[in-house]
Amino acid sequence: MMEFLSFYLVPGVVLGCIYALGAIGISLTFGILRFSNFAHGDTMTLGVYLTLSLVQLTGLHPLLVMPAAMALTAIIMLGLDQVFYKPFRASPTIMLVIASFGLMLMIRSMVQFLWGVQLQALRTGIERMSFYGSFGILPRHILIIGATAALMVAVHLVLTRTKIGKAMRATSDNAELAALTGIDTEMVIRATWVMGAALAVAAGVFLALDTHVETMMGFKLLLPMFAAAILGGIGKPYGAVAGGLVIGIAEEISAYPWIGAEPLLPPGYKAGVAFGIMVAMLIWRPQGLFRGRQF
Amino acid sequence: MEQYYGLFIYGLSLLTMGGIYAVLTLGLNVQWGFTGLFNAGVAGFLAVGAYVQAILTTPICTAHLGCYDWPIPLAMLAAMVLSAAVGWAIAKICIRLRADYLAIATIGIAEILRLVFKNEIWATNGPRGVSQIPKAFEGLPAPWNTIAFLGMVLGLVAAIYVALELARRAPWGRVMTAIREDESAAAAAGKNVEAFRLESFVVGSALMGLGGALLAQYLKQIDPQVSDPLTATFLVWVMLVAGGSANNRGAVLGAVLLWAVWSGSEILSQHFLGLLSPNGLGLLSIKEAGDWSIRFAYLRVFLIGLILQFILQKRPQGILPEVRPKPHPRLRGSTAPVASKGE
Repeated sequence: MMEFLSFYLVPGVVLGCIYALGAIGISLTFGILRFSNFAHGDTMTLGVYLTLSLVQLTGLHPLLVMPAAMALTAIIMLGLDQVFYKPFRASPTIMLVIASFGLMLMIRSMVQFLWGVQLQALRTGIERMSFYGSFGILPRHILIIGATAALMVAVHLVLTRTKIGKAMRATSDNAELAALTGIDTEMVIRATWVMGAALAVAAGVFLALDTHVETMMGFKLLLPMFAAAILGGIGKPYGAVAGGLVIGIAEEISAYPWIGAEPLLPPGYKAGVAFGIMVAMLIWRPQGLFRGRQF
Repeated sequence: MEQYYGLFIYGLSLLTMGGIYAVLTLGLNVQWGFTGLFNAGVAGFLAVGAYVQAILTTPICTAHLGCYDWPIPLAMLAAMVLSAAVGWAIAKICIRLRADYLAIATIGIAEILRLVFKNEIWATNGPRGVSQIPKAFEGLPAPWNTIAFLGMVLGLVAAIYVALELARRAPWGRVMTAIREDESAAAAAGKNVEAFRLESFVVGSALMGLGGALLAQYLKQIDPQVSDPLTATFLVWVMLVAGGSANNRGAVLGAVLLWAVWSGSEILSQHFLGLLSPNGLGLLSIKEAGDWSIRFAYLRVFLIGLILQFILQKRPQGILPEVRPKPHPRLRGSTAPVASKGE
C-alpha cells in the first residue's frame, strides 16, 4: 500500500500538477481567443531554457529565477501575438490554429538553434527520499506540489478578485456580451497570454526539476495538456486543474501491477493514457466534467 | 563531366522526393483542401504505409516480422488498404469533431502509432527499424534504376492527379466542398455529411499510405523516425498551404517547390560551413563545423515555419488558388451563385 502511495500516487500527483498548470493556459486561450494553441507546449520549452540560462548566469535556485523567466516568456509571447496572431483576430479560427501550428515549430527550432539539443539539467546531484514511517517522498516533489498549490491560489485570486481577472472570465463566458459592456478585449487578450505563458513556464520548470531539460519536452506535454483541458471542460480554468490531476495520476497508476506482477500497461505506452481519456471524453461527454463549451 | 553527372543524379533524387511528397500532399488535399478535415497526423498514416511495405517485401526477417516476399506492387496496394483501414477506424470515432479537436486527436493517433512502431520490437525491430527493403527497378543498371523509379513515382502522381481532378468535378467532389463551406446547408440538402467526411478521410489516408510505401522503397530502410512530425506532417502541411489548398495542381507544385527549398537550403548551409571549415577559410574547427551543421538544420525548420506564416498572412489562398469547376452546361446561364472559398 505504502509502495503504491510513494511510487505511483505521489509521482502521479506531481505529474498532474504539471499538466494542470499547462492546461490552464490552453483552456484560457481557447476560452478567450477561441482557438487550440498548438504552440503552448513549446512556449513552455522556451521558458525552461530561459530559466536554464538564468540559473547558469546567476547560480541561484531555479525557482528563484523562474519569475524572471516567466516575465521574459510573457513579453516574447506578447510580441509573437502582435506579429503572428493579431492579423487573424477577425478570421476563421482555423487560421489561428494553422498559425500556432507554424509558431510551434518556429519556437522549438529557435530553441534548438540557440541552445542545442543535448540533455541538460536544472540542478545537479541525486536526491534521496525522505521517509515518514514507511511512506517516502522526494524533497523536490514536496517543493513542486507546494509551489503549484501557491500558484493555483494566485490564479484563483487574480480570476476572482481583480478587475482584469473578472474581465477574462466574462470574455471567456461570452465575448460579444463582454465587449458590449465596455471590456477592452485587447487588454483581456494580453492578460491571457501573460497568464498562460507564466503558468506554462512554471509547469515546464517543475517538469525539468523532476526530470531534465530537453527541446521536445513541451511538445510531449501538449497532448496530456489538451486532454486535461478537454476533460475539465474547455474554457474552465478550475476544470483544467482537475483534469490535469486526473490525467497525471491515471498515467502513473496505469503502470501499477494491478493484475498479477506485470505493470497493467507497459511503461512504453504511458503516453497513450492521456490520449485514451481524451478520445473517450470527446465521444461521451464533449462538454467536459465541468460543463465547458461544447462543440 | 563527373560534376554534371552528380548534378543529374541530384536532380533525379530531388524530383523523386518531390514526387513522393506530392502524393502525400494530394492525400492531405482531399482531406483538408476539399472537405476541411484538419489531419495533423499525416506522419502516422505515412508510417503505416511504410511499415506495411517494409514488412511485406523485405526478404530478410531475423529481427522483425516478415519474409512474406510479396511482389512490390501488391505490397503497395496493401499499404494503401491498411492505411485506409486505420483512417477509417479513426474517422469513425473522430470525424464529428470540430476542426481543431480533430487536429489534436490525429496528432495523438500519430504519436500512438509511433509508440507502437517503437515498442513492438517483435514486429518492427523497434528503434533499429527495418532495412534492406526492396525497391522497384533496383535490378536495372546504374542511372536507369533511379530514372525508372522516378518514372514510376511521377506516373503515380499523374494518375492520382487525374483521378482527383475527375472526382473534384464530379458530384462527389462538389458535395465535399459544400460540406467544407457549410455543413448544415449540405445536411439540409439531404447529404449524409458524416458518411462523406468519412469517405474523404479514408481516401486521403490511403494516398498517405501509398506515399509511405514509396518512401520506404526509396530510403531502403525505415525506423520509427519515419513518422517524425516535422518532416512528415508539418512539411506536408506547409506544402499544401503554400501551393494552394483545394487546388490539386497547387498541391503538386507546393510539394516540389518546398522540397527544393528544404533540400536546397541543406546543401547551401553545408556549402557555407565548408567555406568556414579547416579545408576552407579555417574559421571553425571540424568539431565546431559539425555542431553548427546540426544547428543550421534547425534554422531551416525555422525558415519553413516563416514561409508558412508569410503565406498565411499575405496569400492565404496559396500560390495557385482554388478554381471551382464550371457548372454543368445545362445549368449555365442560371443564376446559381458560384461558391468561393471563404477565408
